[in-house]
Amino acid sequence: MPKPILGKSAVGQLNHDIPEEPTAFQTEAVQKVRILSMEDRLTQILSSFRGNKVELIPLLQRVQEEYGYLPEEALLRVAAHTNTPESEVYSVATFYAQFRLKPIGRKRVMICRGTACHVRGAPLILEAAQRRLGISVGETTEDLEFTLDTVACIGACGLAPCMMVNKEVHGRLTSKSVLEVLGTHGSEQGNT
Amino acid sequence: MVASKETPRTILVCQGTGCVSGGSEKILAVLTQELERAGLTDQIHVSATGCHGFCEKGPLVVTEPEGIFYSAVTVDDIPDIVRSLLPGEGPVERLFYRDPVSGERIPHYREIPFYSKQQRVVLSNCGHINPERIEDYIAVGGYAALRKVLAGMKPQEVIDEVTRAGLRGLGGAGFPTGRKWQFCHDAPGDIKYVVCNADEGDPGAFQDRSILEGDPCSVLEGMTIAGYAVGAQKGYMYVRDEYPLAVKRLQIAIAQANEKGFLGKNILGSGFDFQIEIFKGAGAFVCGEETALIASLEGGRGAPRPRPPFPATAGLHGKPTLLNNVKTYANVRWIINKGWEWFASRGTQTCKGTAIFSLTGKTANCGLIEVPMGISIREIIYDIGGGIRGGKAFKAVQTGGPSGGCLPKECLDIPVDFDSLKAAGAIMGSGGMVVMDEDTCMVDVARYFLDFTQKESCGQCPLCRLGTKQMLEILTDITRGQGKPGDIDLLMEIADAVKNGSLCALGGTAPNPVLTTLRYFRHDYEAHIEQKRCPALACKELIKFFILPDKCRGCGMCRKECPVEAIAGEKKMVHIIDQEKCIKCGTCIDVCPKKFSAIVKVSGEEIEVPREPIPIKLQLRSKEAKRQEDD
Repeated sequence: MPKPILGKSAVGQLNHDIPEEPTAFQTEAVQKVRILSMEDRLTQILSSFRGNKVELIPLLQRVQEEYGYLPEEALLRVAAHTNTPESEVYSVATFYAQFRLKPIGRKRVMICRGTACHVRGAPLILEAAQRRLGISVGETTEDLEFTLDTVACIGACGLAPCMMVNKEVHGRLTSKSVLEVLGTHGSEQGNT
Repeated sequence: MVASKETPRTILVCQGTGCVSGGSEKILAVLTQELERAGLTDQIHVSATGCHGFCEKGPLVVTEPEGIFYSAVTVDDIPDIVRSLLPGEGPVERLFYRDPVSGERIPHYREIPFYSKQQRVVLSNCGHINPERIEDYIAVGGYAALRKVLAGMKPQEVIDEVTRAGLRGLGGAGFPTGRKWQFCHDAPGDIKYVVCNADEGDPGAFQDRSILEGDPCSVLEGMTIAGYAVGAQKGYMYVRDEYPLAVKRLQIAIAQANEKGFLGKNILGSGFDFQIEIFKGAGAFVCGEETALIASLEGGRGAPRPRPPFPATAGLHGKPTLLNNVKTYANVRWIINKGWEWFASRGTQTCKGTAIFSLTGKTANCGLIEVPMGISIREIIYDIGGGIRGGKAFKAVQTGGPSGGCLPKECLDIPVDFDSLKAAGAIMGSGGMVVMDEDTCMVDVARYFLDFTQKESCGQCPLCRLGTKQMLEILTDITRGQGKPGDIDLLMEIADAVKNGSLCALGGTAPNPVLTTLRYFRHDYEAHIEQKRCPALACKELIKFFILPDKCRGCGMCRKECPVEAIAGEKKMVHIIDQEKCIKCGTCIDVCPKKFSAIVKVSGEEIEVPREPIPIKLQLRSKEAKRQEDD
């Protein structure tokens, strides 16, 4: 499990007052607060499920909706609540493409890799996005602004090549227009 | 189309995913405002609809009852559209669809070739009713089939009707739907389930999405009838989480059906209880396979299991489970309403009814189409699809997604049905139809599909897990110019092993894209392996870009846009591409002014260019150009 990233947390509310590089004392304090509030929210989520194993996937989806990813503590609680071995919860969480074990950026960029997009130049779009954001597929920018993913098919093939940023679809992309959608991110810091 | 007496005119604004991403939500809002401001809300009704299918031309706006079709509408066009509805005003001609072949403007959607060649049955409501209003669905005959069934048909009579109609499922084999229903009906047990497979995972297919977004009630009605026929009490809609709009509309449709008594306890007073629950898939292609889907519904990894027992006898929680696709359920109400004879009178001898395809790729018109079984691929691509965009040459058509195959131009005249497509090496499957032109490399396409199936293999069968990986590595080598003699034979050998050594259809069909491209486009493979050349100029490692010194005018466009600063040369100097730095993104070709066309892409050859930027020789260039013209 990665250590929770502090400063600008992608998890739930943003902690704007926390300096970029907190001291060891601050780190510990913040972590405690975070875990405490996480426990409260988790308890709430879990209580809305009966605790059957068949609810595992909807339950994990609900947890991920809350946190943006599946924190280790949450997986352990889910295992206990559904009376399922931890290994099995982990196995389900890693089987499905939707679940992620690391925090996600505020903007999730999903480049469509469907066939229609592929033949209309999706690989070039993906490369352009990688260059602009300075990260590879599956990674998140250091400032937690963007996570770059690919998706098998968005189902908007008439607009190929396309991508989704959070729930918004952007279609008929070119290696130039994709940069406009992503904005000036990265270029200012010179890591294009 | 729903037009009551008080609202003689309706403006339909498409709210399908394609149009929404083009801004149709804003169009809907502004249009409503404009009508209010003009005081026309009493006379003109605005309706948000599901997908019209012609996503290529979105956002789409249709005015009824005239059937005037406006394409590529923007917010700025709305005042003109509103004005056109006033007495004495004519339609907005500049927004008419323009035929790509004749250049003629066509006002009515019924006359647009994209629609006129289709036979829209299952899709007939999509784009014409508001999918979030069950009243709209009822007004066009919705839930009549359920009423008919519950009012006087025995479950066996329902099954017989579906069997005689000849409806077939959309798995690779096209299994008869009626037979599946019969198996589940005959299976002993009090508790049974009906499941709808809406885990549309095939890259390049979006018809399930469009049906669920445009006409969700028809699928729920089909499931409820199926539930009655097989004796189930509970239905599950297994839908992809990547389709948030479809999920939302299904939630609304289920809630409204419960309110109106089409779902729930004692449906329409018949004593039949049925409930439908939505289950959001978590993103695994293999869950399109029925036993994997059931494993996923049970809360586990989506790993397929051996059959028999088939889900119809032992499925979800070990109970008899009927599992069909979205389109299959959407067809049911038509069979019940119009009778099996009507349904069976359409299509071919062995394949009845219509087929729905997501027509995409390099055709001029992309979108969702519904055609009678037996239509030729040529008619689909050239008449409905409007041919290949940009005047390029047709190369191949891919049907059935990662389990399907690529067919060459020699196959253009084969009829579209389960059996003919299968004989040619492709399948109907999910209904994706991706058209490829001369710029598409078939080795790259095969590599693309293997990359997909290799990642999506659940991993339990070693031959699928490792075989697809090996095939992918060989194909990747070939596209990088590292192919070896013997690679083709090795690919065929592994393909055979993967096909035979896999439990489910994912592995069983994964080699199909490779086998069909080898069967019809072997020369593409040979050029890559023997000459290290990509004939389609698509494989990056095998292509190079050059700036022709006699054509370059030193304008600096390519140098400015190159993302990796691989182009050197001041203004009025012939620009040079640094081949070491070039990432072959093709931006330079795109931005080089057409009147110069100074940049070329080649494979398997070198072009003589200066090493350093040199001054452009205007005189020399024009003399040379003149000489060429004289020749």
